[in-house]
Amino acid sequence: MRGLGSVFALIAFLSVIWWAYGPSRRKRFKDDGDIPFRDNSEMPARDDKDRSK
Amino acid sequence: MSTAFDHPEYNYKVVRQFAIMTVVWGVVGMAVGVLIAAQLAWPQLNFDTPWFSFGRLRPLHTNAVIFAFGGCALFATSYYIVQRTCHTRLFSDTLASFTFWGWQAVIVAAAITLPMGMTSTKEYAELEWPIDILVTLVWVSYVVNFLGTLAIRKESHIYVANWFFAAFMIMIAILYVGNNLAVPVSLTKSYSVWAGTVDAMIQWWWGHNAVGFFLTAGFLGIMYYFVPKQAGRPVYSYRLSIVHFWALISIYVWAGAHHLHYSALPDWAQTSGMVMSLILLAPSWGGMINGMMTLSGAWHKLRTDPILRFLVVSLSFYGMSTFEGPMMSIKTVNALSHNTDWTIGHVHSGALGWVAMVSIGALYHLIPIMFGRKAGEMWSIGLINLHFWLATIGTVLYIAAMWVNGIMQGLMWRAVNEDGSLKYSFVESVEASHGGYVVRVLGGAFFLTGMLIMLFNVYMTTRDAKKEAAVAAA
Repeated sequence: MRGLGSVFALIAFLSVIWWAYGPSRRKRFKDDGDIPFRDNSEMPARDDKDRSK
Repeated sequence: MSTAFDHPEYNYKVVRQFAIMTVVWGVVGMAVGVLIAAQLAWPQLNFDTPWFSFGRLRPLHTNAVIFAFGGCALFATSYYIVQRTCHTRLFSDTLASFTFWGWQAVIVAAAITLPMGMTSTKEYAELEWPIDILVTLVWVSYVVNFLGTLAIRKESHIYVANWFFAAFMIMIAILYVGNNLAVPVSLTKSYSVWAGTVDAMIQWWWGHNAVGFFLTAGFLGIMYYFVPKQAGRPVYSYRLSIVHFWALISIYVWAGAHHLHYSALPDWAQTSGMVMSLILLAPSWGGMINGMMTLSGAWHKLRTDPILRFLVVSLSFYGMSTFEGPMMSIKTVNALSHNTDWTIGHVHSGALGWVAMVSIGALYHLIPIMFGRKAGEMWSIGLINLHFWLATIGTVLYIAAMWVNGIMQGLMWRAVNEDGSLKYSFVESVEASHGGYVVRVLGGAFFLTGMLIMLFNVYMTTRDAKKEAAVAAA
């Protein structure tokens, strides 16, 4: 049973790596990393100054 | 507080409230820390008064800095990040408001009951059962509000920072309730349902994950949002952040047993705690490197931006303490370090260097936004820089003093004469520690001075912002 637990943990770990580094998801995760920059209206609406200095 | 700064879409009010209280409780909690450090250096400062003695004030310090300062920082940043990365308002303003006032009530209740000596005696879980029930109500509201916001998100992907926040709050709910299960015998006294070795294991299952989930996963959520924002570039590898998340949360829960080396805990449990702690180095450093490398190509910004410097130095301390931790969990190293000041130094390299510094950096970014200004537009950038150096020097003084003390104590306690008798009495090791205790007071005072400067800077920022808003409205 203990051996099975280790095998299961290894499979789970390798699955996460496969999911994260699969080439078909490369572009998708790059886009997901940009989420914090998709919304730049940090300030209330009355302040319309450009924050990109 | 003024409604002039309310965001048309997001709930900024609760973020603003928690952000301000983070600074206030930071000053209070660290002031108590400096006081009790001084009591250890000069015991006369206990004044032979029970409620003012080290034994009662120490849990007040730990609760204030972890749950009041750290807790408010987590509430403020998680509420801010979840709205801004899901592009939606919080699920419920009422629940948000309840979590703010409820959490403040918990803090005040702790500040009253702990000096009075009302305690369940469990480390980082000292609060008695009526306060525990309030904590649970607030926490469940927090979880519902956070997960509810994720459920109504307008962005299809859940950004990695939110994964860390969600894991942190769900695990803390489970661990806090599990460890605090108790039989009340009166309004102010209860007894744990756990007993003996099981009690110890449950306590450190909680205690180490207060570190792993409250003080690490939550603050990694802060790191994954504010480091990219302040550096102006996305995180170095989003794919690494996914592996980082799953590896970190799966391993942290197994490491608590390293607090119980050479105790009545079965040997196999101690060893598995040690092995899991060693494995933990990999995800910890994976995350640290991911944060650091986010700056590649933008290193020059560190020269001019003290906020970014806070964030990056916090990652350096994170890397340092997550290397030190696994090393100390090795049983032979632990035989030297256990029960010495080395442990206290290790905790503070994480707490001051990582948790406080990453929060301070995030707050300097966030607070101006809460008052209608640009990110990081504080009243004085020079004072942020001064705060940075005070915090860094203070932390280094603190941990260096505790390393010296801790290793010295460990060596003195194990030194034996040729006939096998102990070479030193315990009190001799206490006497030898005095110098280190004085240096620690100094380091703590540096750090506290930095927080007072921050409080002043925040006050001046809000004052200016309110003036500007009044002029704009006129």
